[in-house]
Amino acid sequence: MGQRVAYTLDSTLDSVNKAEETADNLAQKAGFAEDDRHKIAMSVREAAVNAVLHGNSYDPGKKITVEYEMTSEKMSIVITDQGVGINEQTLPDPLAEDNLLKSSGRGIFLIRSFMDEVRIRDLHPGTEITLVKHVSAPETDAQGEMK
Amino acid sequence: MSLKASSRQVNGVTVLDMSGRVTLGEGSVVLRDTIRDVLSKGNKKILLNLGDVTYIDSSGIGELVSAFTAVRKEGGDLKLLNLTKKVHDLLQITKLYTVFDVKDDEAVAISAFGK
Repeated sequence: MGQRVAYTLDSTLDSVNKAEETADNLAQKAGFAEDDRHKIAMSVREAAVNAVLHGNSYDPGKKITVEYEMTSEKMSIVITDQGVGINEQTLPDPLAEDNLLKSSGRGIFLIRSFMDEVRIRDLHPGTEITLVKHVSAPETDAQGEMK
Repeated sequence: MSLKASSRQVNGVTVLDMSGRVTLGEGSVVLRDTIRDVLSKGNKKILLNLGDVTYIDSSGIGELVSAFTAVRKEGGDLKLLNLTKKVHDLLQITKLYTVFDVKDDEAVAISAFGK
């Protein structure tokens, strides 16, 4: 049986911090190691920044929602905004030589680097991004015994 | 924890000791203002000590890149010192480790400015 928590938040930097802190706390409770907790929390931060800044443009009339779900197999986070939406196909490659010295455009790339699954959906209007991190199986030795 | 910066001069190099988080908002602004202030005083050799920087997000990475290009534009040089593993890994996966001159020894870093 999974656990689910959801928040509706203003389009502010405080909301970004809250989304990140909540992700870190829940990942810790779910038993993720420190390195994975960092990756989950940072991915949620990046996605929340996109929602607040690029999606809703800090519009006080628009909200973001952040939904966390933990099961024994994975942690899923779904973040939505009410902005104009993004086109994944037009996102520049931050590793391309011409883009290396650009000051922005790395958020989605980092999320994809850190999470096991990332899905972006255009809500017309708004964007929904789903982040998934799988719970790693415990390490076992050659005989299959848990370490 | 917000970003704090303190400055010292070592053999003509401005060493900026940073501590805290470089993230969208206050942290990025502190870094930007600090670099701008150093450049405005005519100091163009900058060593950014990130040993106590616990966290950088994509906005913070962007601010580091902006600092690097701003210093280079003025004919100066910016090097990074004492990266934590998290920051090191971030620069690796964003390919910026090849852009920045990264050192883990202050004396070596200072002498590298003279070369």
